[in-house]
Amino acid sequence: MKRLQENARNRGLGESLIIQTSVRILVPFIQLFGLYIIVHGHYSPGGGFQGGVVLGASFILLALAFDLRTSTRYLSERANMLLGNVGVLVYVGTGFLCAVMGGLFLDYSALEAIVPLGAIEWRSFGIFIVEVGVGLAVMNIMVSLFWDLGSGGALDEGL
Amino acid sequence: MDGFLAEVVAKYNYWLYVVLMMIGFYAMIGKRNLVKKLLGMNIFQTAIILLFVSSGVKRGGGIPILDKYEVLARGVDVATVVNPLPHVLMLTAIVVSVSVTGVALAILQRIYREYGTLEEDEILEKLGQ
Amino acid sequence: MKTLALLATVVTGAILLYGTMDFPAWGDPQSPASTHLSPVYIEKAVAETHVPNIVTAILGDYRGYDTMFETVVIYCAGLAVVSVLRRRES
Repeated sequence: MKRLQENARNRGLGESLIIQTSVRILVPFIQLFGLYIIVHGHYSPGGGFQGGVVLGASFILLALAFDLRTSTRYLSERANMLLGNVGVLVYVGTGFLCAVMGGLFLDYSALEAIVPLGAIEWRSFGIFIVEVGVGLAVMNIMVSLFWDLGSGGALDEGL
Repeated sequence: MDGFLAEVVAKYNYWLYVVLMMIGFYAMIGKRNLVKKLLGMNIFQTAIILLFVSSGVKRGGGIPILDKYEVLARGVDVATVVNPLPHVLMLTAIVVSVSVTGVALAILQRIYREYGTLEEDEILEKLGQ
Repeated sequence: MKTLALLATVVTGAILLYGTMDFPAWGDPQSPASTHLSPVYIEKAVAETHVPNIVTAILGDYRGYDTMFETVVIYCAGLAVVSVLRRRES
């Protein structure tokens, strides 16, 4: 107990030691729960938008507890932008792939020509692929909105 | 009196949401600070979303998540499942509301950087000069 | 100014409340919102897509176009915030 207090005083943290320690423990579990909401959208309330918001909220929690600079160390700006673009491209790319394989745009049962699973099973799997794409895009936008609005565009010092 | 009471029981949720809408509407046109106007718009959007979702309820119905094997074996009775279409459309409306709030806050930051104030009449004075 | 806004609000609220006189009762299973297209979705969604959550099935499969443009809308909002707020390093 004495050693903890000495460490806290040396690092100059004060009463935010509790917040920083608990956030560091909690953030992986929040991200796991967000991924669970995205993937389990077929069988329980949830899906792409809701899971993407929870994933983005985990990074916003990091930026609130620590510095905004520290959260860009955990998720760099380039990785953020890349994941968001990949998300939108996955959605539109699935539609194009269905059209190329002979069906209509976003007609998932036409993808049976690649891997024969059954027309109805491909519809279920196609919904899962586009939900993952939507979740990645929404996570990117949540984090990017917070970074830009919280620092006035400069990304140096946040809330 | 009896007919009025039956009317109240049948429609009180719509009346409550109209009251919420009017609170948001008054905040949008009656206040002078720009951030308060933005919050009024948010209240208005939330009231509209709640009104749509509540219009699809069926008396004695359950949520639209069914049991796959039972439905494939036996079929589903439509009167026991709540209407799922308003839920779907309102997911889109929530996302639009978030986007509009984000862009509006960014524009408010630029206005503050440019004019130094967020009150409507002071900005109009500086523009009129 | 504020009394004028209050008057406009009260008048609009009265007109809207008058408009709710024509609404169907809350919880009516025969209301027009629940009888034309939504029974088709409820009966056919699980059999045609093997997804038990009807809301996700409608959002991802029957109305997939809307969800795609929804994703584009939120992406454009992120782009707009970046382009309004970032300053040039000069």
